[in-house]
Amino acid sequence: MVKRFFILVMLILFGLMILPLLTGVPPATGLNPLAAKYVQDGPQELGAANLVTAIVVTYRGLDTLGEVAVLFIATAGVGFLLRRKKEHAESGTKRPASEILQTGTAFLMPLIFLFGVYIFVHGHLTPGGGFQGGVVIASGVLLLMLANTSARINQTLLHFVESLSGAFYVGIGILGLVLAAGFLDNRFLPLGHFGTLCSAGAIPVIYSLIGLKVGSELVGILENMRGDPL
Amino acid sequence: MTIVTIIGVALFFIGLWGMLTQKNIIKIIIGFSIIDTGIHLIIVSIGYIKGRTAPILDAAVSRAEAIMRVVDPIPSALVLTAIVIGLAVTSLMLVYAVQMYKHKQSLDINDYEELKW
Amino acid sequence: MTTLIIAVLGFIMIAAAVMAIYSKSLLSAIISAGVISLLASVIYLLLAAPDVAMTEAAIGSGLTTVVFLFAFHKIRRSEEAKNG
Repeated sequence: MVKRFFILVMLILFGLMILPLLTGVPPATGLNPLAAKYVQDGPQELGAANLVTAIVVTYRGLDTLGEVAVLFIATAGVGFLLRRKKEHAESGTKRPASEILQTGTAFLMPLIFLFGVYIFVHGHLTPGGGFQGGVVIASGVLLLMLANTSARINQTLLHFVESLSGAFYVGIGILGLVLAAGFLDNRFLPLGHFGTLCSAGAIPVIYSLIGLKVGSELVGILENMRGDPL
Repeated sequence: MTIVTIIGVALFFIGLWGMLTQKNIIKIIIGFSIIDTGIHLIIVSIGYIKGRTAPILDAAVSRAEAIMRVVDPIPSALVLTAIVIGLAVTSLMLVYAVQMYKHKQSLDINDYEELKW
Repeated sequence: MTTLIIAVLGFIMIAAAVMAIYSKSLLSAIISAGVISLLASVIYLLLAAPDVAMTEAAIGSGLTTVVFLFAFHKIRRSEEAKNG
């Protein structure tokens, strides 16, 4: 009881400390200078219509590389901690899924994969991009896992897709260093006509690789946490 | 908008209270996930400008008038990264919780006393 | 009008957060956390951030809830193997 009282007092003091966030910051009425520079120069220099994509892939490209590395470490950690010894197989009975789920999955899965690929290929034109497309593909594979309870995902294929996408992503960054102005610069491919699919230099290629890598890593996490099907 | 900032701060404090007072390990991890959602709401609400629209340049917003009609795109870019990393950290914490349960058969955090003095 | 919608959604989110912390059953706590992420993605759409709304809807209310349920199922199965 005394411990709860102390926790409450500490939370109230913490709240008083961050009270100026609510009262002292007036709502903005115009873009701040950094955002104004990105909005003004972004479409012209990079050719991307989606400004958030332009920031994530080129202006703050090193942050995205760091985030892909953190996802890789998390997936490796999950795979390492849930390692199963061969003789300690978990046994149990799993019911097969119902007929509606199996038939519905057979219709829906190609559409979900197509939608995920559409999202990350058009990342520079419409809202979306690599992360969203990768997560949609992982959701499609999750539907397959729920409908077909004895399916095993091929681990070798997942490892190949993930490693090759990561290596090509860094390779394109180095190509930008060699052929254009800096690491992860997208201007070594032609900028094209603004607003079409083959525009914005290397941004579609980079985002497609990020989408494949994030999708395969999330499928790896789900497959490791599911355990052994019977 | 300040009402979304208030909602974000309230979620942050509810999650922090849950992390500090609950005993079940899974509830502590749920509290961490609520803190994450609250902080992302605060960050995105700081970038909002009243009356403006999303930062995508197409038929609705042309390039010349973009700077007067578009919301700040930088907080969206930061929160995009943060949401994916939040999922990775939550899944790693849950795997640790499962392994701790297999070791000692208890989900109560008062039973794990090896690191206390 | 938008402010009214955001206020109602915020009230439901705070009620779901309190229910996630204080409920006795672990399953309803996990589902309440998924509901919080779903309503947060609607608020992101009203704040003119469509990329963040897509990401939060897919990850927060889809994959995070499923990862919690997989972990819960593993703990439940290992408890049944010990008892039964």
